[in-house]
Amino acid sequence: MIKLKQILKNRFLIFLGLLAFYGIIQILLSTNILNDYYEINIVLMGINIILAVSLNLINGFTGQFSLGHAGFMSIGAYTSAIITYKLGLPFPLALLVGGVSAGIAGILIGIPSLRLKGDYLAITTLGFGEIIRVIFLNTEYVGGASGLSGIPKYTNWTWVFWMAVITVVLIRNFINSSYGRCCIAIREDETAAESMGINTTFYKTLAFTIGAFFAGIGGALYAHNFYIIQPETFNFMKSFDILTMVVLGGLGSITGSILSAIFLTFVYAVLQDYAALRMVIYSLLLIIVMLFRPEGLMGTKEFSLKKLFKKGEKSSEFTVN
Amino acid sequence: MSLLSIKDVSIDFGGIKALIDVNIELEKGSLTGLIGPNGAGKSTVFNIITGIYKPTSGKVIFDGKTISQKPYNNTKLGIARTFQNIRLFKNLTVLDNVKIAQHIHVQYGLFSSFLQYKKYLDGEKSQDKQAMDLLKIFNLDKHALNLAKNLPYGEQRRLEIARALATKPKLLLLDEPAAGMNPQETKELTDTIRFIRDKFDITILLIEHDMSLVMDLCEDIYVMNYGKIIAHGTPDEIKKNPEVIAAYLGEEDIDEKEILSIEGGA
Repeated sequence: MIKLKQILKNRFLIFLGLLAFYGIIQILLSTNILNDYYEINIVLMGINIILAVSLNLINGFTGQFSLGHAGFMSIGAYTSAIITYKLGLPFPLALLVGGVSAGIAGILIGIPSLRLKGDYLAITTLGFGEIIRVIFLNTEYVGGASGLSGIPKYTNWTWVFWMAVITVVLIRNFINSSYGRCCIAIREDETAAESMGINTTFYKTLAFTIGAFFAGIGGALYAHNFYIIQPETFNFMKSFDILTMVVLGGLGSITGSILSAIFLTFVYAVLQDYAALRMVIYSLLLIIVMLFRPEGLMGTKEFSLKKLFKKGEKSSEFTVN
Repeated sequence: MSLLSIKDVSIDFGGIKALIDVNIELEKGSLTGLIGPNGAGKSTVFNIITGIYKPTSGKVIFDGKTISQKPYNNTKLGIARTFQNIRLFKNLTVLDNVKIAQHIHVQYGLFSSFLQYKKYLDGEKSQDKQAMDLLKIFNLDKHALNLAKNLPYGEQRRLEIARALATKPKLLLLDEPAAGMNPQETKELTDTIRFIRDKFDITILLIEHDMSLVMDLCEDIYVMNYGKIIAHGTPDEIKKNPEVIAAYLGEEDIDEKEILSIEGGA
């Protein structure tokens, strides 16, 4: 059994590691060893991590196949842009409001649609995502089809890194709690879950809302990175992009989502020089990975430092962490 | 007062009468068997008790309250069940299977789950301990970190009972707990069921086809056929009941006629 002191020590070490990683990248960026091109892609990686991990909570852990993540992302993007650009309020507030409003949309969309299962749910969420996009498309206040431009650039490495860390830590903690286990139980066997006293509608909506909240934060970071947001940016192709990251990384693996978000953003950036072949190579890569690892890069497993260090030791002993 | 009373319950599925005026009373602490040929309506009775099906007429009173039509609420009232075709969370560990069932008794809230502070750590620790204690009773503690799907069949059945007990029920419904077990495993299961009844002080209702188990274990037996309760009594009474014998072996005279006709034709 691991003592409380040990847990706190481990957490402190992890925090130090993150701080060191953050510091190194920050120095490389500020000394221009990594130039603007790198910065854009590193920031994009962070945003994609937030989106992929939050979608994994819905699709991978709770087993509810949602295709509307870009919709929640756009709600976060637009509301946060209104907060900073239209109302001139501070950026942290914009992030929070972006997340909360996407979360509220998650509740409103989740309650009616989560009664459906599988394909039906996928189609419904796809529809909701499109409805959200069309609403923004027809709202003159946020620029309609030409989009909202002139959004101040607040998103930088610091914001993206720490928001991604917070997202991953909170979702991981949720998964490892009794609440998260209920969500996983629903994925495994809904009838059995219900007979164990799990209110399946409540837990599905909970996962959906938390996922939408972080998608909203991802959208807010996205909006403040590119100066302009347009409804077209958040069409269903965007939802598929996020879904691709989740499936490639492994449905039900947080570290898998992180790795594949980094990997796919990287591949996408590298292939930018070969415009004609880009989608072909990108698609081929996906096909190859799916052929050889149909469960995704990580399956439902998590990459953990603890296991790496203890590889030699026998791990049959039961420990409480 | 009885813990569970099913009063004049009938249910139709599009014209098919699956249950007709079923009356069952379970005394607190009793061990009751529900037997009958395939398709008699035994599992339907379980689905009525757990709230999966809504009776067309009649009502089910559990512990003084009418049962809810939401299965998860009935679990909170104190009804737990196992399934005829094992429904474990196959891809999760044995320990997690039990911990999921404990969730209605969890001490910490959503907020402390997110931040994992002391309340969460203490809560998880006591959950782990309770789960391990339960697994020990079923001799599954050594498999705690194995995936449920990797357990042998008999142990999966035991785990399902352990998981149901983790919800801390007052009434435990076992749907064919001995199905697919060999005589040795059935014998062990009989002992386990008797043990948990005494240890956890709960009421048990079980569906079973294995007559040796039912006659050995149950104090009270209900027999069903074609959606009706055709007999009710102690094992000895049931064994001698002509209607029960007919339901299981067929009417004597019809059998003889059939045999004769087959012989005549040959």
